[in-house]
Amino acid sequence: MARVASSPRRFNLVTVFLWLLGGGLIAIALLGAFLTLSKGRYSIENWETFIVSGIALGSVYALIALGYTLVYGILFMINFAHGEVFMFGTFTALFAARFMADAGLIDSQPVLAFILVVAVAMLVSMTVAVALERIAYRPLRNAPRLVPLITAIGASLFLQYSARGFYGSGVNAYPEFAPLEGTTNILGLTLRTDQLVVTGAAVALMLALYLFVERTRTGRAMRAVSEDKDVAAMMGIDVNRVIMITFAIGGLLAGVAGVLYIQLFNQVDFFMGFLPGIKAFTAAVLGGIGNIVGAMLGGLALGLLEAVAPFLILDGFGIASPNQLKDAIAFTVLVLVLIFRPSGFLGRKENV
Amino acid sequence: MQKYMRWSAALFVLMLVLAACQSGGGSSPSASLDASEPAESEAAESQPAESQSAGGDPTAVCEADEFGCVEIAEGDLLELGTALVITGENESLGLDSQYGAEVAREMRPEIAGHEVEFNHQDDGCATEGGTAAANALASEESIVAVIGTSCSSAGIAAAEILSGEGIMLVSPSNTAPSLTSEESHQPFYARTAHNDKIQGAAMAQFVCEELQLTTAATIDDGSAYADQLAAVFVEEFQSQCDGTITSEEAVTVGQEDMGPVLESIGTDSPEFLYFPVFVAEGALIAQAAREATGLEETIIGAADGVFSPDFLAAAGEDATEGMYLSGPDLAFSGDFYEADFLPAYREISGEDDPTSVFHAHAFDAYNMLADAIEEVAIQGDDGTTYIPRTALKDAFFAMSDYEGVTGTLTCDEFGDCADARISVSQVEGGEFNRIWPEE
Repeated sequence: MARVASSPRRFNLVTVFLWLLGGGLIAIALLGAFLTLSKGRYSIENWETFIVSGIALGSVYALIALGYTLVYGILFMINFAHGEVFMFGTFTALFAARFMADAGLIDSQPVLAFILVVAVAMLVSMTVAVALERIAYRPLRNAPRLVPLITAIGASLFLQYSARGFYGSGVNAYPEFAPLEGTTNILGLTLRTDQLVVTGAAVALMLALYLFVERTRTGRAMRAVSEDKDVAAMMGIDVNRVIMITFAIGGLLAGVAGVLYIQLFNQVDFFMGFLPGIKAFTAAVLGGIGNIVGAMLGGLALGLLEAVAPFLILDGFGIASPNQLKDAIAFTVLVLVLIFRPSGFLGRKENV
Repeated sequence: MQKYMRWSAALFVLMLVLAACQSGGGSSPSASLDASEPAESEAAESQPAESQSAGGDPTAVCEADEFGCVEIAEGDLLELGTALVITGENESLGLDSQYGAEVAREMRPEIAGHEVEFNHQDDGCATEGGTAAANALASEESIVAVIGTSCSSAGIAAAEILSGEGIMLVSPSNTAPSLTSEESHQPFYARTAHNDKIQGAAMAQFVCEELQLTTAATIDDGSAYADQLAAVFVEEFQSQCDGTITSEEAVTVGQEDMGPVLESIGTDSPEFLYFPVFVAEGALIAQAAREATGLEETIIGAADGVFSPDFLAAAGEDATEGMYLSGPDLAFSGDFYEADFLPAYREISGEDDPTSVFHAHAFDAYNMLADAIEEVAIQGDDGTTYIPRTALKDAFFAMSDYEGVTGTLTCDEFGDCADARISVSQVEGGEFNRIWPEE
């Protein structure tokens, strides 16, 4: 009796049930994968396509997720309007690209045009993010934690429907950049050029961010504020400035993510920030919210899961239309991760 | 914590009170509020309803009617609801129908001696939107009938709610077979749009006979419209020409990454890919289909859900060139359509041309409703018009050989009224060219 009472956690029924559930789901996934592979419907090239497009989409998720994670790391709030910052980036890119297409710059100088589009989108997204912080969040900095959360949802709707008012609710086609069309051969693999560029750009940015946070003075200040705002302020750090920089970086990354996203999917509409925003938030939680490396890993994992898992796991069981269940799989994995590692893959490290 | 609880409890009570007020206000005859206003057009009004309704004592008729009467005081407006998708990605579909109904009102501004007013609601092209729009309209006692919905998913939800209140719902663009099937038809639901049993069969016939293809794959988006239309196509394609369906895939509404699903379909290299979805997903599928391995030679086709210039703009010319789209046959366009309808449409919409293909169906829906209303309306002694709801439904369902813009319409017992004629168009140089069947 006393033994059982003294170690209630080891024989907790709920824990046992959760382990069985998790183990069962993993066993089902393995069985599904085995069945699919033994059926041999998909060739190596097919898997390659699934994986590459998953990585490309995942790296965009990761870029957006960084915005969530940075802000959470410093303010402990979820900036639900971040998806809309991303959406404003896509609209800016759309107009910039259309303008350059009319001016003929996309045809004559595609690389320069692309860089300009990215720069303008970054600038606008950054401005939106900083304005959001200054107008909607800063006045509420000392309010209960629920208040900025609700404000964020309000800000999200405000931005969404402002965009609808400005630009209409139709779907806009994004012009094509000739050098990004077609395929490229790398190490014997034939890859879609746009996916390659998107992945490359995203990874480069993530590296740059990591170095910025780890190696620069401002990065150190960000980490200090994340640790303890009051103490950081006493050490002479301008907390408001650091928070503003954090939002600026998040916005900047969302702007780039916006350009990369429409490079992949060629479509812009006012509601497009919602789903990628939710997915990126999921990615941030998956990796451990507040953790930069976690957000990157979470994004990539989510993108890969969505692209590969329906075909790998469900196809083997002969389930019809497996692709439709991709979100179900992604969120099942999220639930499983949160059951066994409540703080995500990497947990919340104390460096932003 | 305590404080929050108290506040939220107070809020909850307040909401209950408000809700009670609203339903209280609604349940009193709406006409009584307006009856005090003097009727402006009293003298000018010729009261056509009187001659048509030999219906006798309105009180007796209304009491006998299961859902009672809509009462419209003399000089008041007759209110018709619309529940169409008028915002968002699919607004080109809903606004087009709304303009069609407005053209009809402009040409026939009075029904049973009352000027017509529209109460426009948004069906959101989804079950939730259909529920919200139907609830909003059902809460108004003064709504005589509703034109809607745009999307079949919304229609399934709205038909159930409105039928429960005895409000006639006539859709200009719902095409899913289940809406008018024997098992699931709602008593107050009818439509002037074709049934997808016909559209799916027509597309299958076109692919079999005209294109001479034998393998096909389908993609739907899980909506009632796409799901059922794809299913009809599959069945017909297999039975009409012994065709092989290589895969029946599905995407989700709002999905952007179509690459993997098309790659999966491409493993069987079907000769034809059919994706009867809506604009946003349709455009992405058309684009991704051009890039997927195994689909290089595949001919692509879709249906009336994307039959809109918006779709071509969203997908771009490269992706859509040469693809086939089925939809209602616009060859109906007689003299009236070209000479009267289109100019009025352009004036109302402020746009050059219709953005979809169901404006004429909405026009016919309005006029058929108007005829049915005038048939059953009863004029009271004090000038009030009584419209018995069940009688209105019966009159609508009894319509036959109605000469509309979309053809000669006859309603069957499950609410299919359309003179369904389907044509297939091909996209050439950013234009829809009707190519089949030959006129």
